[in-house]
Amino acid sequence: MSNMILLGTRKGTVIFDRSNSAWNPRPIEHAGIPVCYAARDPRNGTLWASLDHGHWGPKLSRSRDGGMTWEDVLSLKYPEGARYIVKYLPTPDFDPEAPVGQPEYKDATVFKIWNLAFGTAGQPGRLYAGTIPGGLFVSNDGGDSWELNRPLWNHESRGGNLFAGEATSENRWGGTPASIDYGVFEPGIHSIVIDPRDPLHMHVAVSSAGVLETTDGGQTWTGRNRGMLNDYTPNPESAWGHDPHFVAGCPGQPAHLWQQNHCGVFYSDDGAMTWKKVSMPDAGVHFGFPVAVDAHDGRTAWVVPARADSERMAIGGGLCVARTTDGGQSWQSFRNGLPQENAYDIVLRHGLDVSGDSLCFGSTTGNVYLSEDRGETWQCLGHHFPPVYTVRFG
Amino acid sequence: MPSVEITPHLYRFFPALENRTISVPAGSVAEVLRAVDELAPGFSDYVLDERGALRRHVNLCLNDTNVIDRKTLSDRVPEDATLYIFQALSGG
Repeated sequence: MSNMILLGTRKGTVIFDRSNSAWNPRPIEHAGIPVCYAARDPRNGTLWASLDHGHWGPKLSRSRDGGMTWEDVLSLKYPEGARYIVKYLPTPDFDPEAPVGQPEYKDATVFKIWNLAFGTAGQPGRLYAGTIPGGLFVSNDGGDSWELNRPLWNHESRGGNLFAGEATSENRWGGTPASIDYGVFEPGIHSIVIDPRDPLHMHVAVSSAGVLETTDGGQTWTGRNRGMLNDYTPNPESAWGHDPHFVAGCPGQPAHLWQQNHCGVFYSDDGAMTWKKVSMPDAGVHFGFPVAVDAHDGRTAWVVPARADSERMAIGGGLCVARTTDGGQSWQSFRNGLPQENAYDIVLRHGLDVSGDSLCFGSTTGNVYLSEDRGETWQCLGHHFPPVYTVRFG
Repeated sequence: MPSVEITPHLYRFFPALENRTISVPAGSVAEVLRAVDELAPGFSDYVLDERGALRRHVNLCLNDTNVIDRKTLSDRVPEDATLYIFQALSGG
């Protein structure tokens, strides 16, 4: 049973501690600074926060004493020569029939450190970080130094090895609206799923490209988007251009992966070789951002449904959490303890987590809810937090 | 020697720079920032990106004039000048 919950909020890091049966928040850390991800490394207890300074650039902050003191980690940087092909938001005069011009290149700098993932127990110093503009970084020394994963950065779906020269293929990665706050339109890696049984085996999810898999520790990557449907594009079954909001895996059954995106909830029981759409719009399960998966049963997952891509708010003014225990063939909605009128909360992609029988989510309205019975009933941990970006059990 | 004035916002991260006069050898803006970074290691990561360019929401002024070269920071900082480092007003 977890005894800690970390919130990354627009105004800092909030840590809850469990004392007997009560969850108590500490005074906020990183006060006033947006924190786009916060988590505890289960291997050594180190706490991490990804700071999204408005003026001073993205920074990692690390605490090795349970949150008493924090230190800057300034070593996550793109290497010299890291470039990418620029994409722009289409303008009103965009002509899709116009001939494709020469690619425009840009030197990479970190705009956002969007999430962190911790290696397996057998790799005690291994950490991963996903960034905007779409780089996966790896550390083997507990975060003291970081290195860009070049095979993914140089992937043919992104134009090939731009360290070496000109593009050798088309850039199929789009930009995420989440990057527009930084004045750019670039992709971002927000999900990193490590196979606990095989540390060489990972999936990452890229907004807006899709899911990629490696089975050789990141030396080669393959797109895994078969079965995905982008129902608003000319070719819904395109190999690329998908926009997963979040991808989560089942630690105990790593072949079971879940994805929530613009176009529904998708499930794979074959390691993302194929995805199946398992939305049930009539039951309110379709659009949303986060998804959480049971640690042992890959068929059991939770989502926090929202109304629609075009209306990003709770459905009908009431919050609910939906759970499936049969791989998305059926969904059950739970509302006990959640507001059922005048609720407009949206829960972002990292804003829901599960630990054993406990689930917790936080909304952009600053509400935080906890369930200790697998999502069936909920208690509020506070109504007045800053907008919540991320919730993780420690 | 030129002096450097830093927004108090940055004292939170670099308390060693508070309540002191910062004087560094004349040179380019890049050289002046390197000298400040020696006084407060990590400082340049807050105002420059990994390419050495000024971050988008940071402003530098030489006396009361904006620094022109935000990319390579080649503007000269004369002996009697003051380099001001502060956050850009970016709305909100």
